[in-house]
Amino acid sequence: METAMNLTEVSPWCWEIPKSGNMLVPGRVFADRDFIEHAEQEQALDQVRNVACLPGIEMASLAMPDIHWGYGFAIGGVAAFRVEDGIISPGGVGYDIACGVRLIRTGLLADEAVQTVPDLIHELSRSIPAGVGRHGDVRLNHHEMDQLMVKGVPWIVSRGYGRSEDIEAIEDGGALEGADPTLISPRARERGFAQSGTLGAGNHFIEVQRVDEIYDPAAADAFGIFKGQLCVMVHSGSRGLGHQICTEYVKIMGGASARAGISLPDRQLACAPIQSPEGRDYFAAMACAANFARANRQVMTHLLRQSFEYIFKSPAEKMGLNLVYDVSHNIAKFEEHDVNGVRKRLCVHRKGATRSFPAGHPDVPDKYRDIGQPVIVPGDMGTASYLLKGTKTAMSESFGSTCHGAGRVMGRRAAKRLIQGHELKARLEAQGITVSAGRTSTLAEEAPEAYKDIDKVVEVCHQAGLSLRVARLRPMGVIKG
Amino acid sequence: MPAFEIIEHTADIGIRAFGDTEAEVFENAATGMFSLICDLEKINQAVSYAVEVEAEDRETLLVEWLNELLYLYESREVLLTSFKVNSIGDNSLSGMAYGEPIDHGRHDLMTDIKAATYHMLKVMKTSTGWTAEVIFDV
Repeated sequence: METAMNLTEVSPWCWEIPKSGNMLVPGRVFADRDFIEHAEQEQALDQVRNVACLPGIEMASLAMPDIHWGYGFAIGGVAAFRVEDGIISPGGVGYDIACGVRLIRTGLLADEAVQTVPDLIHELSRSIPAGVGRHGDVRLNHHEMDQLMVKGVPWIVSRGYGRSEDIEAIEDGGALEGADPTLISPRARERGFAQSGTLGAGNHFIEVQRVDEIYDPAAADAFGIFKGQLCVMVHSGSRGLGHQICTEYVKIMGGASARAGISLPDRQLACAPIQSPEGRDYFAAMACAANFARANRQVMTHLLRQSFEYIFKSPAEKMGLNLVYDVSHNIAKFEEHDVNGVRKRLCVHRKGATRSFPAGHPDVPDKYRDIGQPVIVPGDMGTASYLLKGTKTAMSESFGSTCHGAGRVMGRRAAKRLIQGHELKARLEAQGITVSAGRTSTLAEEAPEAYKDIDKVVEVCHQAGLSLRVARLRPMGVIKG
Repeated sequence: MPAFEIIEHTADIGIRAFGDTEAEVFENAATGMFSLICDLEKINQAVSYAVEVEAEDRETLLVEWLNELLYLYESREVLLTSFKVNSIGDNSLSGMAYGEPIDHGRHDLMTDIKAATYHMLKVMKTSTGWTAEVIFDV
């Protein structure tokens, strides 16, 4: 393929941007020909190249097939930096720190629940606050906020939100170590805590889904998933708390980059050495937001269990409302990886990418240890979402990472011009999908046409070996923020 | 010339604001940002806030000013519709913002803006006045 960047085809599923200029490592994009052309058109590949110039970057600046143009770092980007001489960057995590997905399975059959789904969606939308500017019922004092930011999900479970067995099915056991609440400004607290237990807006959603395809029966069985099953997926983040922490640290790190003598091709790439006070503080603040985001999804899980109990008139335990997994796709983590046969401690940034650890990895929950980590990839509301499993190939090729979703191809306003919200709602309902949205016009921003084909994104990751398909889930009912 | 226009991007959205003076371009950028959140004509001017921000340069000052207004919006649960920059230098700004508490019955909130970013950020003096460009994370 003739391209301005002289991309090299490594395989049909992987392209290399050769080192040039100030790049310390090459860029590597997991994509098929269509995706790579699209990424190049919207200059997302320039962003992959910019990240390759940041100090301490290891192996390559990576992008997943759902790559699209972001601010600073591309969305769908993965970059790992050496702890000794590398950097950490709030822009490499994003404003919605620890935005992620959790999948809750049930023992219910989708076919038997079809008539009930509209009532269930109505009840869920009533009990879980969603949309712009909505706040939740969980009110915490300062001391309790600190506890939640340090101890995350185990703490909120101890307060009655959920069950102890939920904890092991959450990345990091629902509490990322190293959180320091003394670094959280009063402003970040104010913005975040009114929103505890709320879904948020934009692309965040709660979906009631049907498992419509099983690709890997052994893995599906281990994850408690079967064909025809009713499941619920929650996609949400750290709300105003994460937004404010990122805002503050991008500013702080603008100065820190200059002091460290790092020249930035784009100010949104502002960063600081991992070992500097600014770098350490950012990680400790980010961990607070990560714990908040996971606790937030836990509160919503508690509320949705109550909604199921109310609608189906049966206890949640009896209905088998169990957590399959909860994984974040905007986060920086300290992890050990083998690079050219050498074990290294790295700060892995995933901005719109999902951790995809293989069978046998100590960070995979015991009950899934022989299978691999569940990877949850939310699609757009008209099509499908996927449950995948992590692989050894991901460990060697992408620092244990894979895609995070469909990835936008169309701007929000362009989508609104092209698609009428009420027509979209009618179309989805004709497909048997119940839709509850704060506003029908914003619904159009999230129309299936605005996203890449999720089947193809997951296919590229499967072929490249970054994650393997386990099951596909189709929406039956959607609540959009 | 319009007070502002919308810049479109795949995942995010931005504002290009115009003004005869630097103060005016900052005011118009704020108006543009809140026009993405709510229909400005539906917001009364019932409350006001004094806003003071400091930054190392003009561009950062614009990001700080807009992020300060987003903080007020979320933490005080108010919609802002009118802005006045009383004094502005290279490193500091002093101004006012006017609006009213959010009333979900009357106010239809359209977009959740997470932050004003530094990506492609510009504040420029042109032959006809001032122009500013900022991209939001939504």
